[in-house]
Amino acid sequence: MSSRPMPPPNPLTAGFWEAARRHELVLQRCACGRFRHYPQPLCPECYGGDWSWVPVSGKGAIYTYTVTHRPFHPAWAGQTPYVVATVELPEGVRMVSDLPPEDTEAVRIGAPVEVFFDDHEAVTLPRFRLVR
Amino acid sequence: MSRAGTCAIAGIANTPYTRGTDKSTLDLHLEASLAALADAGLTPADVDGVLPSASAGRTAEDFILNLGLRDLAFAPTAHMGGASLISSIQNACLAIDAGVASCVLVPAGRRGYSGERISAGRGVMEPIMSTLVEFEAPYGNVGAAQWFAQAAQRHMHEYGTTSEQLGHVAVTCRAHANLNPQALMYGKPMTLADHQASRMITTPFRLLDCSLESDGAGALVITSADRARSLGRGDALIAGVGEAHSSAPTSITQKPDVAVVRSLQVAAARAFAMAGITVAEADTVLIHEGFSWYVIAALEALGVVKPGEGGPFVADGNIRLGGPLPVNPHGGALSEGHVSGVNHVIEGVRQLRRTVEPARQVPDCATVVVVNEGNFFDGTVLVLEKGQ
Ligand SMILES: [Zn+2]
Repeated sequence: MSSRPMPPPNPLTAGFWEAARRHELVLQRCACGRFRHYPQPLCPECYGGDWSWVPVSGKGAIYTYTVTHRPFHPAWAGQTPYVVATVELPEGVRMVSDLPPEDTEAVRIGAPVEVFFDDHEAVTLPRFRLVR
Repeated sequence: MSRAGTCAIAGIANTPYTRGTDKSTLDLHLEASLAALADAGLTPADVDGVLPSASAGRTAEDFILNLGLRDLAFAPTAHMGGASLISSIQNACLAIDAGVASCVLVPAGRRGYSGERISAGRGVMEPIMSTLVEFEAPYGNVGAAQWFAQAAQRHMHEYGTTSEQLGHVAVTCRAHANLNPQALMYGKPMTLADHQASRMITTPFRLLDCSLESDGAGALVITSADRARSLGRGDALIAGVGEAHSSAPTSITQKPDVAVVRSLQVAAARAFAMAGITVAEADTVLIHEGFSWYVIAALEALGVVKPGEGGPFVADGNIRLGGPLPVNPHGGALSEGHVSGVNHVIEGVRQLRRTVEPARQVPDCATVVVVNEGNFFDGTVLVLEKGQ
């Protein structure tokens, strides 16, 4: 069975993945206070390049989702249907995650979710699951 | 800038649309290019501008080499995915108006079935997709169907849009394709029940909500309106063009509001202002639709209806041939073929030339609006007007 594609971190994003390895969800926060994701060099509000990684709770809500019945990548062959969800965090950013199989039937827009950490050989993926 | 029809599409052609080909993407582009030049009454020796297709991997050098282009003066490449074609048309007009080029070739097309077939995991991840590769692909969000499905799901949540309404788009496009012998789905009628019974791909999209993975290419020849008239090809004047890039550009799911295609609103406003029209003047709208939902979203973005009214609008039969605003009289990417949007422009020109099959000719067609969509909701809009 093919494994899921793993992220190729770069110097800008390395801090995000290092924190995930420690089972911590961090987001880029500009010196002006604005959070942003995905990582980028400059703040689009104040154009400042002064930012840090800030730990967040990882609580959020489903903004939208799709239940995928056809594997678009060999890693999900035999694992359909699976949910791809866009999660809205209170910090004002969105993250994409697949949900655990037990959430497939229950997923709804607006449903609360929380982060968990999915350890793989070289990378830990922050993922989300429904809060029940 | 006021274009006021200073340029025209003087030549059009396409290869057959197929599912399976031995030809390379370059073969297809060259075949369409030679035929489009012949349609305009021109030869490769007349070409001084060529706008290759980044998403098909083509470069100006391919055309210099194979068409013997000795004096190429202009060869920029747009990076807007499926919205690139109309961006290239805008670039061609700018170059012609500025005197940088006089005869510009715009080829497009793909091997979406035999080559970069998305459902077989052979989609191409361009550099613009690097954040998606890092932050979405590991979670299985790897196909355009999934990105657009999430937008459609949110649209349904906010406005009550239904699967049946999506189905009306697919059924309308199929009905039109059954009047078009070159459509891949010619001779294959489809009902709303067929749509509803088709297998789920990624909710809310069923198989029949998805455009056709197909092989084929088309090409346009753009020149000044005066020259087009002298060639006897002055029917399709370029009255307005608009291009708009969406923000955030990294992913559909990062848009502030995924249920609205804001870039298309902006592109349409630009194109309509340039052409001096309102959308109410369009006799037909041709929408490059990867998925049925995009037709609904585009009608809302163009201002044909208000946000949320697109579903009922299509279900009431308004976009059928014979209705108030026929959409995709060729069958579109859903039922004619998915050829990077070039087939939509070609159909627009044929409608103005009145050379389509009589059953699908839009009566007195004088104003055509073409919408291209690409990347993560980039939008481009073209307004064509009937000239002499
Ligand atoms: Zn800032």
